[in-house]
Amino acid sequence: MAEFKKADSMLEWFDQRLGVVNFAKVMMTEYWIPKNINFLWAMGVLLTVLFTFLVVSGIFLLMYYKPDVNMAFDSVNYTIMQEVAYGWLFRHIHAVGASVVFLVIYIHMFTGIYYGSYKKGREMIWVSGMLLFMLFSAEGFSGYMLPWGQMSYWAAYVITEIFGGIPVIGDELVVWIRGNFYVSDSTLTRFFMLHVLLIPLAILGAIVFHFYALRFPHVNNEEGEFFDFDEEAEKYLAGNKKESKVVPFWPVFLSKDFFVLGFFMLFFFYLVFFHYDFAMDPVNFDKADGLKTPAHIYPEWYFLWSYEVLRGFFFEIAGVSGKDLGLMAFGFANAIFLVLPWLDRSPMVKPANQRPYFKYWFWFLMADLIVLTVYGKLPPTGANAWVGFASSMTFLVLFIALPFITKAEAKKVGGK
Amino acid sequence: MKEFKILAVIVALVGITYYGIEPYAHHIMHPEVAPADFSFKTLKNVDTTLAGNVENGKVLVEANCIACHAIDKAGYPAVMPNADAAASYGVVPPDLSSAGRIYDKNYLANFIFDPVTAMHLEGKYTPESGKQFPMPAYNWMSPQEIMDIVAYLQSVTPKVTEGKEANKTTFEAACGRCHNMKYAGIEATTPKDNLKAYMGATPPDLSQYIKSRGEHYLHSFINDPQVLLHGTSMPRVGLTEKAQEEVIAYMEEIGDSKKAERESLGLWVMLYTLVFAILAYLWKRKIWSEVH
Repeated sequence: MAEFKKADSMLEWFDQRLGVVNFAKVMMTEYWIPKNINFLWAMGVLLTVLFTFLVVSGIFLLMYYKPDVNMAFDSVNYTIMQEVAYGWLFRHIHAVGASVVFLVIYIHMFTGIYYGSYKKGREMIWVSGMLLFMLFSAEGFSGYMLPWGQMSYWAAYVITEIFGGIPVIGDELVVWIRGNFYVSDSTLTRFFMLHVLLIPLAILGAIVFHFYALRFPHVNNEEGEFFDFDEEAEKYLAGNKKESKVVPFWPVFLSKDFFVLGFFMLFFFYLVFFHYDFAMDPVNFDKADGLKTPAHIYPEWYFLWSYEVLRGFFFEIAGVSGKDLGLMAFGFANAIFLVLPWLDRSPMVKPANQRPYFKYWFWFLMADLIVLTVYGKLPPTGANAWVGFASSMTFLVLFIALPFITKAEAKKVGGK
Repeated sequence: MKEFKILAVIVALVGITYYGIEPYAHHIMHPEVAPADFSFKTLKNVDTTLAGNVENGKVLVEANCIACHAIDKAGYPAVMPNADAAASYGVVPPDLSSAGRIYDKNYLANFIFDPVTAMHLEGKYTPESGKQFPMPAYNWMSPQEIMDIVAYLQSVTPKVTEGKEANKTTFEAACGRCHNMKYAGIEATTPKDNLKAYMGATPPDLSQYIKSRGEHYLHSFINDPQVLLHGTSMPRVGLTEKAQEEVIAYMEEIGDSKKAERESLGLWVMLYTLVFAILAYLWKRKIWSEVH
């Protein structure tokens, strides 16, 4: 064991034992971020804050929530919403936070795609981010079941039913997931476990991994410029702050993030207090009833685009049923973003508007995702079904075409 | 400037998506219906301009109504306990104490003349169904006699203090024979099994209806259930606009009891956040002035 001299200050005492001074340098004051960034670079911190909000409000909700089909609905809508002091506040923060977290995830994700922040060494940042997206999806889906309202029940029914389409093991898999032949008490308690324990643990791990994955390739910047971070850091430390291309995470980068966070929170709290229906569907204030199917069943808004890909295929093609085609397309849609770094064959790391072909691809994708999302909610009848089919096909074609488009782009710009 | 452009693009994309999945989808899934009609102007069997005679109304009520109906506030108690009444008629007949206050005059007169038409339940009580509404039509009475009854009912209805008391009384009188309100400890006066047989299904508990249906839907629905839920066995109740507002206010009081707290706290939290945002902006400017 090392020799310990008597510490002169509390800081020194902790530093001797935990190395806090170095730790703070590595994590904060000498963790370098590019200077050439805009407010879209604040989404990571926004997500961290929102996740913290979700954890804290979730802990409070956990104190009164009862995961039992006979008690769940009233424990949420009466005990938490009306009896417990400020229980409604925690529920509103939790429900609205869960919805808004996906909005910010999507902004974060498409910022990454727009600026090409997933390639040339940044692949693991992207992959860990997509892993987080999947975990958050599972967390959102499992959490939505807990209030045991009509939409909780029927969304759970429809989504678990999807697994029945998997060949050979489908039927058994559905029973295994539900813990029963239909969505029941056993389904509720196991989704409760997933929602409050297993998935949050996995999310915490994935967040740490996501942050770690940033350390070596570093954060991208607005121009996709590559530079020597060590050199720029030296400039900064030598006092050439204005010349240096980097800023430290604390206080410079975070000061900007706090500012963005402040205005974002204003929007967030407006939703929490005054405009929460979009995140707390009125239909879900009817208690779950397995004998009464709601007129319209739809998932939460952030799943609508992939839900629409699922139901976009509503007729048989070449002997394969629409249901199976939809399932395949759904599987494709959920996995394809994960391998994006390898689909983009152009070495260019530039914002999309500076890439001759990719920019069209990007805006087409955005438009298609919006169409999918909107039509994912509308009843799939008449013309709506065909819009769904066309936009689902567009989605598939966009991703199948991406390697060719980017290869052509690489040729055009000559490997720049 | 560039950052504002980026913000504008994001706001536009989010705005379009929001419009599509909220107002637009809502509009498609719940098309607008005819506005609520609180004068019940399609009911024209009785000339309601006739002035009713309270004295004569009392005689008529004693001869025709109190065999089945209680009018507690006028000194006519219930003939039998609720369970027995439900067993005899299918549903507990209403106590008429509040009838003169909560029901529209035109509706009430036409109801006495022909209950099934007034309630908009012609679809349920068809000759083929073999079902018969427990109260007979009084279409043999003269319009004057019917208006006398209405005048009498209006004269005996007790005054209630506006606000919470009126809301609860009206809810119980208008809805309480069939609907539970679990979160207020209110149970339907008709026993559950009788109700199920009488209505075809157990009427829903209304504790969270202010949230699941919302004020806008309830406004049309209570006025005439057939408009939004064609074929439902819930009758048109015939509430005046004021009585209906009281019912909805009561549903909100029970189903969304923290509304006032939510709205006042909301302003404070947003104000606090605004101060935070402004301070954060000033701090950011100070910090970044050193590096730009």
